[in-house]
This record gives sequence, structure tokens and C-alpha cells, in this order.
Amino acid sequence: MTRTSASLAILGAVLVAFPFFAGNYALSVATLILYFAYTGQAWNVMMGFAGQLSLGHALYVGVGAYAAAGLFFHYGLGPWAGLWLAIFLCVAMGLVVGFLAFRFGISGVYFALLTIAFAEFTRIGFDHLDWLGGPGGLFLKVAQRDSWDLPNFRGPPLMYYYAMLALCLLALLVCSRLLRSKAGYYWQAIRENEEAAQALGINTFRWKMLAVAISSAMTAVSGVFFAFYYNNLFPEQIFHISRSIEIILGPIIGGIGTLFGPILGAAVLTLLSDGITDGLAALGWEIPGIKQVFYGVVLLAVIMFLPNGIWPPIARKLKL
Amino acid sequence: MSVELAANVVVAGVLTGLVYGLMALGLSVIFGVVRVVNFAHGEMMTVAMYAATVLFASLGMDPFVCILPVAVAFFFFGYALQRTLINPFIARPEHSQFMLLVAVALIIVNGLLMIFGPSARTVQVDYQLESFEIGGILLDKARLYAALAAVATAAGLFAFFRTTRAGKAIRACADNHLGALVVGLDVKKLYALTFGLGAVCVAVAGCAMVLLVDVTPPLGPAYTLLAFVIVIVGGLGSMPGALLGGVLIGVSEALAGLFVAPSAKGMFSFGLLILILLFRPQGLLGRRN
Repeated sequence: MTRTSASLAILGAVLVAFPFFAGNYALSVATLILYFAYTGQAWNVMMGFAGQLSLGHALYVGVGAYAAAGLFFHYGLGPWAGLWLAIFLCVAMGLVVGFLAFRFGISGVYFALLTIAFAEFTRIGFDHLDWLGGPGGLFLKVAQRDSWDLPNFRGPPLMYYYAMLALCLLALLVCSRLLRSKAGYYWQAIRENEEAAQALGINTFRWKMLAVAISSAMTAVSGVFFAFYYNNLFPEQIFHISRSIEIILGPIIGGIGTLFGPILGAAVLTLLSDGITDGLAALGWEIPGIKQVFYGVVLLAVIMFLPNGIWPPIARKLKL
Repeated sequence: MSVELAANVVVAGVLTGLVYGLMALGLSVIFGVVRVVNFAHGEMMTVAMYAATVLFASLGMDPFVCILPVAVAFFFFGYALQRTLINPFIARPEHSQFMLLVAVALIIVNGLLMIFGPSARTVQVDYQLESFEIGGILLDKARLYAALAAVATAAGLFAFFRTTRAGKAIRACADNHLGALVVGLDVKKLYALTFGLGAVCVAVAGCAMVLLVDVTPPLGPAYTLLAFVIVIVGGLGSMPGALLGGVLIGVSEALAGLFVAPSAKGMFSFGLLILILLFRPQGLLGRRN
């Protein structure tokens, strides 16, 4: 066993055993970390691997969440059916955005702004979609939460934790395979120099579309999880640009393009945010906004002093 | 629905749009020269708006008088921001610059929330309810003055870039960065100057805007998005394009509010943005590079 897989096995074992030592609060924080780690991993496929900066990933979370929640709310269909609809819709939307952008040669800042535009457009659209609750929100019935009801994905916090842990592991495996596949090498070539990649005969359009499809499909699953974990959806919240930013902070802080960056970034940011809340509460400074100001200052420091994220230097130290 | 009502709405849209245009002009100038997208642009705008409300509440200063001190303060703020924070990021990848400005935006929005709280602030002057009537069309005094201030500032900026040495030097930097270095221009200083001028646009637009809308901290991100839409529609880096885009968005918002629903107005702006990005990605008046 290599050093990397051994460390990974230890980490996995700790995470599997974690709920036996942790209280409900710690479990909810851990679930949130895993959620951001997974979603960040999904975003990283597009940006970190293929170099396409999306600032509108809340679009896929939102559409995925609403697709599954809508089926459940109106027809009583559980998330296992909704998951496929969510993935189908998100991949379709991702391909539309990708097709329009890549066909017309839109890249860089312009591509990022196009993704924001689509997310905002959809947000306002959902605000006027009464079938899915409109601005008043869509609420899923919160069933009894003691027993595991897997077909309807209803259960205690423990179930959501393990579901998210499984997703994270799966995403890590898929991404590490992807990165070492033909597609992964093509993506990295496109990321580093698209014109050169094209000159070598890589059909950049097709490979970028593949990255968008995989990324949006993975993000759709986050959306389904979100819907059944939080049970209430508001267009104003789920599609908001601040959600898209939240998703990408983890991988950027952790280290873009790395496999472990999104996971570490999500953990650091979530714990930091919680730590700031607790610290400020202990000091008795409970002014609205003060927490986000601290958060912003820390972000600023990380981005200034560790431009490649915090994982690469740690990985070097640990010789992973 | 009468033609007169529609005409009134369109005129109000044009006037508001000119103020939007000035705000977007700041973003466009900064991007055109420094090549950094200012993701904290709308947040800076709300700072100017709060500054005007504070000056009004404490000293009774009319928002149009506030323009001078706020613009001077913003010039130095923008200059310093570029010199200290943004300059080290010029050569970094876009996502890195984006993160930096997102962090700045986060600090501004929540700093305002800490200081002023979540409730809306407003400025009330007696001419806000008055209007001129020209051929059946009512022009709100406040809106008209706001638009005039925006146009005057834009014209001043235009003249600066056309006639002064510093303005020409900045345009040289934008055209050819390497060339500007070769002929010995102090590019860092010119970048900071540009950022300062972009901030001045925001300051004037903010002081004028405070007469038209109430200010709350979440207005910042909304204005950032609005400014993006406008500059993309008009052409990122094109000065007349920013004003044209502002007017188009102002009118489309006003008409959407009249014919569909005020809450749907954003959909029209973003719809327009998507169409422009697809069919004329350089914007209406932009140049292809």
C-alpha cells in the first residue's frame, strides 16, 4: 500500500467511526463539511481539471433540488426516482450553457459571467413558478426521523452523514480515476493552453462539454441531498450567487485542481465559520455581520499568502 | 394602457439608466485598463450611498453637494485599494482575482451591516416630489438631476482620457501593456489612478442614486450583478457602451415593471445579457480582441 492510500484509509476509518463519538451538533457540522467537500469536488472537475470557471453552480444544486423535491411533493416519488430526473435536467442545462458558450468562443471572465446570468435567470424564473412554490418556498413534509427510511431518504442525522460520506468517497474515487484518464489529460492540456491543445488535435469543444456534463451531474446529486436534508427550498436562497460562491470557496482555498483540496477547503472553511461564531459569542460580540467580516479577512489572507491553496504545501510536507 | 404612461415610464427608465451607466462605466474603465473584474463594484456603490445618507443626516448636506467630498474620498480609496491589495494580483489567474474581490465585497457588505443595521436608509429633500412637465411627459426633478450629474461626470472622464497626458498614458497602458512599460510609463501608478477614477464614477452614481432608491446592505451584490450586465451588454472596456448599456437596462427594467411584473425585471436584464453574450460577446459597442 502506498503512503497516499494508507493515509486515505486511516482518514476513511476515522470518518466512519466519527458518529460514535460525536454529538448531534458535531454530526451536523461534519455533514455540512462533507456536503461542501462533495459539491466542491464536482465544481473542481470543471474548473480545476478543465479550466472552465463557473460562478453559477448554484444553478445545478437548485435545479437538482427542485426536480427531486417537486416529484416527491406532488407525486410522492422518492429521491431515487427524482435523482435521475435531477441529473437529466442538470446535465441538459449544463450542456445548453456549455454548447452556447463554447460554440460561440466564450471563455474566461465572459464564461463566468454567462454562468452567473443563467443562474440568476433561473432564480427569477423559479420565483414565478407557482407549481414549485414560487418565492414562498417549497416545503417537504418532515417525517419521523428515528428509523432509516431509505426509499424515501428519511431518517436520523446519522443516515445523512453516511450518505454524504459515501458520496464524498465515491466522488474522490471517480475524480482520481478521471484525472488519470485520457479525458483528464486532455482537460489539463485545455486548462493550461487551449490553443496548444487544439493544435495537437484535441477536440476541445467535446472535452469541455464532457467536463460540464460530469460536473453538473455530480452537482445535481448535491441538490437532491440538499432538498431532502433541509426540506425547504426557496429560489432566493438556493440559486443565489452567494450560494455559488460558497460552493467554490472550498476548492479555491483548499487548492484548485487537486483531489484533496476541495475536502480540506470545505473542512477549514466550515470549521472556521463555526469557530468564529463561537469565539464571537464567547466575547459577547454579537453584532449582525461581524462574523462575515472576520470570514472575509481570513479569506483575504489565505488568497494573498497561499495563492495555490492550503493543500499543496501540506501535501509536500506530508510527502503525499 | 396609454401611450403617455408608457412614454413617461421610458423617460424615467432612460434617466435611471444613465445613473446605472455611470456606475457601470467605472467597472468598464477598470476592466478595460487594469484587466481585473471588480467583483466588489456594487458594494462600493452602496458605501457611497451610505456616505451620502450620513452626510445628509448629520450635516444636512444635499446629496448633490455630497458628490464632491465622497468622490474625493473614493478616489483615494480606489487608488489605495489598487496599490495595496489588487496590484499583487495583476498577473494571477482570474479565479484568484475573483476570490480577492469577493473577500473585499464580503467585508464591505457585512461591515455596512454592522455599522448601519439591516433597515433601509433614505434621504428626503423637498425637490424629490417635484417635477417638470414637457409636452405631457413628467420629469422627476431628482431623477433628472441625477441623470445630469451622471452625464456630466461621464463627459468629464471622457475629456480626461482624450485630452490630458495622464489620460492618454492610461489609454496607452490599456492598448499595449508591454509597449507602455517599454516607453517608461509608470504602469502601477497609472493602474491605481484608473482604479481611483473608476471609484469616482461609483461615488457620483451612488450619491445620485440615493435620491432614487433606499439603501440597504444587500443592494451591493445586486448592483454588482447589474453593473456586469450593463458592461457586457454595452461592451466591456467601451466607455460609450457602458452608458448605452445602462440606458438599455434602465428602460428594459422600467418596461418589464410596467408590462409584466416588477419582480420579473431582472429576468429581462439577464435574458438580454445571455442574448448579447451569445450573438455579440464583445457587447454592442465593444471591439473584438
